[in-house]
Amino acid sequence: MTKDDCKKVVLDIIADIAPDEDLSNVKPDVRLRDQLQLDSMDFLDIVMELRKRHGIEVPEADYLQLASLDSCAEYLTPKFNALAAKN
Amino acid sequence: MNLARIAITGVGLTAPNGNSLKEFRQNLLSGTPGVEWLEVRHMGRLPAGVCHYDPLKHQTRKEVRVGTRAGSISIYCAHEAVADSGIAWASAAKDRIGIFIGITEHGNVETENEVHAISKFNYDTKFWSHYHNPRTVANNPAGEASLNLGVTGPSYTIGAACAAGNLGLIHATQMLRLGEVDLAICGGVSESIHTFGIFAGFKSQGALASHADPTWASRPFDRNRNGIVVSEGGCLYTLERLEDARARGAKIYGEIAGYGVNSDASDYVLPNPIRQAECVRKALANAHLEPKDIHIVNTHATATPLGDIQECEALRAVFGSGCPDTSINNTKSYIGHCMGAAGALELAGNLPSFDDRIVHPTIHVEDLDPACALPGLVLNTPYQASKVDSILNNSFGMLGINSTLIVTRFTP
Repeated sequence: MTKDDCKKVVLDIIADIAPDEDLSNVKPDVRLRDQLQLDSMDFLDIVMELRKRHGIEVPEADYLQLASLDSCAEYLTPKFNALAAKN
Repeated sequence: MNLARIAITGVGLTAPNGNSLKEFRQNLLSGTPGVEWLEVRHMGRLPAGVCHYDPLKHQTRKEVRVGTRAGSISIYCAHEAVADSGIAWASAAKDRIGIFIGITEHGNVETENEVHAISKFNYDTKFWSHYHNPRTVANNPAGEASLNLGVTGPSYTIGAACAAGNLGLIHATQMLRLGEVDLAICGGVSESIHTFGIFAGFKSQGALASHADPTWASRPFDRNRNGIVVSEGGCLYTLERLEDARARGAKIYGEIAGYGVNSDASDYVLPNPIRQAECVRKALANAHLEPKDIHIVNTHATATPLGDIQECEALRAVFGSGCPDTSINNTKSYIGHCMGAAGALELAGNLPSFDDRIVHPTIHVEDLDPACALPGLVLNTPYQASKVDSILNNSFGMLGINSTLIVTRFTP
């Protein structure tokens, strides 16, 4: 999985949990909370959907890694690839 | 005690056969029911009353996703009631507004959904939703409405089984009279069709309706009735002190004339006609009215074999045969049992009778059960009354909670 693939995975989840948001121009280097109407429960949704859909665990101590699309990609891409290698 | 007079100034509703009072009333007069087949988890296809309002009229898609069906129904009905009332909402003091919503139950839907969801993950609770608690707290429907409307006064639910719709109005009346709020958004809601447990519970009791045609499944007073059709729905009113309503030139649907609430203290599920009669008499005394002064009695009857007979026994004891101007009807034959919304919805369906003096019938009575043959029962076709100045609305619930609400035509 590339980092761009990973960003697409995160955006697909956000599209479901924040269906009123326009996601066509999300800036990857800007905090998601600063450009979208997302609250703490929504971030828990992202964590839950990563777990449900992809088997990816994000420990609470790492939640800050989900701040922006870029930081999501940095943090999650190795996890996706490690999981793919294991399977 | 000199109690403030309380006026009904707005109505917002969604019923299985209508999403506004006008549409609902038209369907009650034309004999149009709203029960349909519903696929129920673990149980298959069952007759149920399903509402078809547009949630996105007053909610964002995210609010719909995050919230509950009962919350969504509450929000829809509250907005519609406020709009109908003509209140200047933007300038209204939101801390002086209360939301009081009757519910039969709440939380079953989300709990069942979550158990079902984690069953796909070998019941690992790390997949349990973080929304479970805010969705299942008992105040959820009123809380969601307060969030959506920005109401900062007291907002909570009143759990009173299927008597709850009336209780919403009764409690609002009390809060207005106490001066705790200046405007009450009140009534009842139900999301019960989204939980298989309610259907399964009634089925285990032998109290769940069945019929080859779902629109004929709910048949109060018919000899062949065989139980309850579970329905969702909601009906919220705006209530104000009469002097406030008149000061702003509000349209007044009617006046809360009196009410009665009591408890059977006799059985978990079986009604008690002696206590029901006491409740009706209590309401009449509270309204300073005699039985003969009541022009419409809207029955609670849910189409269970025993329950209908027992309510008729209670009404026979109170009204006897000396009330020639009293008509008796039932709304569940159209929409099934809207549970916590039932009392509030069924009252709404009769309010237009103050204007047109037409009493909507109870439909689907092909073979009237002699034990339910009350004088004044309006069967299958509307009845043009000579006068309609008072409506008595019964709603009874499990664990023996009874409520009777009397609304009268407003006369200055």
